[in-house]
Amino acid sequence: MSDPFFGAMRQSIIDGAPDTATALAQQALANGIDPLAAVNQGFAAGIKFAGDQFGCGEMFLPDLLASAEAMKAAIKILEPEMLKRGSECKVLGKIVLGTARGDIHDIGKNLVATILSASGFQIFDLGTSVTPEQFVAKAKEVDADIVGVSALLTTTMAGQKAVIEALDRNGLRPRVKAIIGGAAVTSKWAAEIGADGYSRNAIDALELAKNLMGRVDNKDVNKRTALA
Amino acid sequence: MRPRIQLLSPELINRILREAFELLMNPGVRVGSAAVELLHSAGVEIGVEINDGVAHIPEALVRQCLASAPHDFYLYKRQGEKAVHYGGDDVHFDPGSCCVQMLDPDTLEARPSETRDLVRIVQVTETLPQFAAQSTAVVCNDACNDACNDACRDSRAPSAIGDLYRLLIVLQHSDKPVVTGSFSAAGLQGMIDLLAADSGGPDKLRQQPRAVFDVCPSPPLNWSEFGSHNLIDLARAGVPAEIVSMPLAGGTAPVTLAGSVTQHAAETLAGITLHQLAAPGAPIVWGGAPAIFDMRTGGAPMGAVETAMLNMACAEVGKHLGLPTHGYLVATDSKLVDAQAGAESARSAMLGALAGINMISGAGMLESLACFSVEKLVIDAESIASAYRLARGIEVRSNEVRSDEVHSDVHDEKARGEKTARETLATAMFAQIGLSGEFLKLKETRARFRQEQHLPSPVIDRSARGSEPATDVFTRARTRVDELVGKYRKPALSEDVLRKFQAIVDREAVRAGVEGTESGKNIGVAPATK
Repeated sequence: MSDPFFGAMRQSIIDGAPDTATALAQQALANGIDPLAAVNQGFAAGIKFAGDQFGCGEMFLPDLLASAEAMKAAIKILEPEMLKRGSECKVLGKIVLGTARGDIHDIGKNLVATILSASGFQIFDLGTSVTPEQFVAKAKEVDADIVGVSALLTTTMAGQKAVIEALDRNGLRPRVKAIIGGAAVTSKWAAEIGADGYSRNAIDALELAKNLMGRVDNKDVNKRTALA
Repeated sequence: MRPRIQLLSPELINRILREAFELLMNPGVRVGSAAVELLHSAGVEIGVEINDGVAHIPEALVRQCLASAPHDFYLYKRQGEKAVHYGGDDVHFDPGSCCVQMLDPDTLEARPSETRDLVRIVQVTETLPQFAAQSTAVVCNDACNDACNDACRDSRAPSAIGDLYRLLIVLQHSDKPVVTGSFSAAGLQGMIDLLAADSGGPDKLRQQPRAVFDVCPSPPLNWSEFGSHNLIDLARAGVPAEIVSMPLAGGTAPVTLAGSVTQHAAETLAGITLHQLAAPGAPIVWGGAPAIFDMRTGGAPMGAVETAMLNMACAEVGKHLGLPTHGYLVATDSKLVDAQAGAESARSAMLGALAGINMISGAGMLESLACFSVEKLVIDAESIASAYRLARGIEVRSNEVRSDEVHSDVHDEKARGEKTARETLATAMFAQIGLSGEFLKLKETRARFRQEQHLPSPVIDRSARGSEPATDVFTRARTRVDELVGKYRKPALSEDVLRKFQAIVDREAVRAGVEGTESGKNIGVAPATK
């Protein structure tokens, strides 16, 4: 961990330098370093640092986005080798994301998608003005763990409730967790419509998703035991 | 001399417009299908190109549309009196819109806004001369949440007829002009019909419009189906439209303030083009709610000084084109009616007034436009009054003092005339009272102090400390709200108008699929309680 090579990887993410991150990843492969170690001890440590710095107001959204982009660049290089070695970077969970029906605002949702995907989640982004039926269909198709619905407008927040109701109607919950976000969204609204979680920003969304995955995992274990 | 603040040099304004015209060609503007049709029929020979819903609009067409846009127009009160002049450097204020939350003054928590809140906001706004217009300030969750839920179940527009309902409440409780907006393309006609019923027919509404409708493009450079439709329908109805472009510098627009002003200009020029193509000469406002993008929260800080600067600069570009202007100021990002709320709101009220923006929306709003406080509204009214006072500047009042009152050893007529104009600032008053210091007795004092000083309401504390404990502004504002609501008188609408209102509401409820529901029962035209 104190290895200067891993340190450089970490720093390339903190600096938000995708070219450096790519070069370091290539170098790691050339030197025969385990790609999983490069991720866990190098690059991912950078993302964690960036997230912490953002949390305490020392880094800002453009910094964070740059870090996430650098992370993506490094993973892109390392992924084929990881697959080859069978040490696929563990997917933390599958998340279907989209902006509620009638709402075309996606800046917050995109931010959440970038941060979550850089942190190891597999993201299925349905884009903007997504109907409840589309959310349900995608969640079924990819066997999603979490469905996230964003809404900026006070007038489209009702669409978040519609998605949760549709998930319920289709029997996807409680296995699939529903989370919401957006400028006008409050924890009160989340509770009112029966969402499993709400976060105010992308970093909190990462924490929220990780916590929910803990609960999903437990449930899955229970289910598997029951089936067996 | 009237004080003014300008942030842009003429050279910079020209550069902004030049680049805005460039943006309209490349990358172009995404437009809805109604706009595609309009642009096609109007602009083929002039060189409009439309590919995959993106219109490339040449400067010549935009210039042609700018030429037909009126330079000013009025909004009228119910009685037909001119109340808002959109044009020149005249400044007016209206409460912000549209919140879904209301600050509860007892618990200091935000709770869903309801009909009673909108009524209270309208009552207070009606009594305050600082507000030239009403706004449909909050969503009435009690009435339209039922509508929303039913509509959602039917897979219809989620907003159902909440927009119509807000306007209905305002029209029932106010004589002032209204700044409003619709939630959907289909909902606009019902609102126009409501206004026409109130005015005495569509032609009367066209001649003496009582309302202006906010219509928003989606940053960057996108006139959605909904926005395009509203612009075109409003133009054809002759009801004023206010283009509210809202670039977020760094988020949905260039991070530089000048870059965001350029994007705002491009979006607004595209809107004016659609609007004037639909009906040349229809009233249109160069409005906006530009803001910076907060790099910590991803929000739109409405109280930031850069947000005020963006609003001022965007209005300057509109003024340069000779168009009526609008901006979004007097709001705060604070969640409480506290010192931050006061500082941010008062600061931007002053800046907006000094920029000569025709209509400034935003008073009463907290939490980056998410929550409304009627207590904040009355405090903002004091800031607005101060802003008006500042914008009037320092006036020379020598007209009432005759030159023969000026004791002077100057006998030359010409020199004496010059001296009079100069001396009557103060010397004429000293001539009457010498060194006694009895200014309070002077007739000039009594005649002029009301013009010279803004006399605040008891919301502003200037009293000497007494034996009773000092109160804070929020406490005083609560008392003031109760007083104003007590003073308020509801306008008397004729049975005929109320019948027409009910017919329109019933028709729109059927259209939106919410008739016979709980919300249908809630949305009655029976006079709401005071």
